[in-house]
Amino acid sequence: MADNQPVCGPCVSKGLCGGKGMLTLKEGAWTSNPLAIQVLGICSALAVTNKLENSIVMGIALIFVGVFSNLFVSLLRNVTPHRIRMIAEVAIIATFVILFDQFLKAFYWDMSKQLGPYVGLIITNCIIMGRAEAFALQNPPILSMVDGFANGFGYAVVLAIIGFFRELLGSGEVLGIKLLSESWYTPNQLMILAPGAFFALGIVIAIFNAIKGPEPEEEKK
Amino acid sequence: METSAIIILVAAVLTNNILLTNFLGMCSFIACSGQISTAIGLGTAVTFVMTMTSIINYAIYYFVLEPLGLDHLTFIVFIAVIAAFVQFVEMFIERFSPKLYFALGIFLPLITVNCAILGASLFMIIRDYNFIQSVGYGFGSGLGWMLAIIMMAGLRQKMRYSNIPEPFRGVPIAMIVTCVLAMAFMGFAGMVSIQ
Repeated sequence: MADNQPVCGPCVSKGLCGGKGMLTLKEGAWTSNPLAIQVLGICSALAVTNKLENSIVMGIALIFVGVFSNLFVSLLRNVTPHRIRMIAEVAIIATFVILFDQFLKAFYWDMSKQLGPYVGLIITNCIIMGRAEAFALQNPPILSMVDGFANGFGYAVVLAIIGFFRELLGSGEVLGIKLLSESWYTPNQLMILAPGAFFALGIVIAIFNAIKGPEPEEEKK
Repeated sequence: METSAIIILVAAVLTNNILLTNFLGMCSFIACSGQISTAIGLGTAVTFVMTMTSIINYAIYYFVLEPLGLDHLTFIVFIAVIAAFVQFVEMFIERFSPKLYFALGIFLPLITVNCAILGASLFMIIRDYNFIQSVGYGFGSGLGWMLAIIMMAGLRQKMRYSNIPEPFRGVPIAMIVTCVLAMAFMGFAGMVSIQ
């Protein structure tokens, strides 16, 4: 692990750990996008995407928690006993989630009310947990931060796409601006309600699959 | 708020199904709904854990955290309680039903990060349920989750023989089916309602 450090040393100035950082970024945000390709963390993705505003805040929350929890899991990776690593990860993640929650409560009370328990549920978001477990435990801090950012970013983008279309089709307006005039478009309430969320996510994943091309993957028995 | 626990229980199963209206517990729902037997096993485990953790978390929140003014620690305490409890259930299942233990495999520890469990505890606090209501809500949510995953497993077993367009195979079609399922459950909406 330590021999990764020099590789990462000089490139900090360049921002993204050279080639490896770029690769990590691309992997997290596109080729193995946590939401659309790996289908992780969909609970919150479905719940908060009824409005673009909520989706963006949630995306920011995930980037924040992802970056810092990955950083600290990575910093502590050599001193964390293997057997209790899960608890340690959860504790680190929960700390940052609480920070973000308190921040929302203090400065954006309305938003905090709207997101309800879903901010707290970032703790159980498989993306964060998965990245901490799969990446931060094996990689140096800076690279882990990049990975956390990439995955959070990939998540946020897909979230924003879903949020945009659900709000657009569901109420005809986005962020309070009327885009589809009521004279020819009747808002489809269903898109804001629960079934619309499942439908929208299903379509988005299918589109990602189609772009990525066919994969020799059978549905598991 | 004088809703009785029975009403909350029914509502949590049908009208406010934790999976189909609050989207909680989707990860294991998608990953573990391949076979009915696995779905039943996981559903039972979730119901049990959810009921018990609601009770424990209720006690901790109202007897420890709130009197001491520590409610900002809610998340971390709840998740610790859940993690410890899941560990206990895992040991229990391993001891008494090795077959189920192998079937559920990796997904047992994943109950810890099953958002439905933490979600149920958080909703219970947010909605100010009293003790009996909390028990009803925890149990009902677990039952509702189990109902949904078993239905889904049944549907997916049927779907295995259908000809689905290439990009929709796997997760996307599961989502679309869940969408239809959620619409069907919306039909219950007029029956009972909680918040």
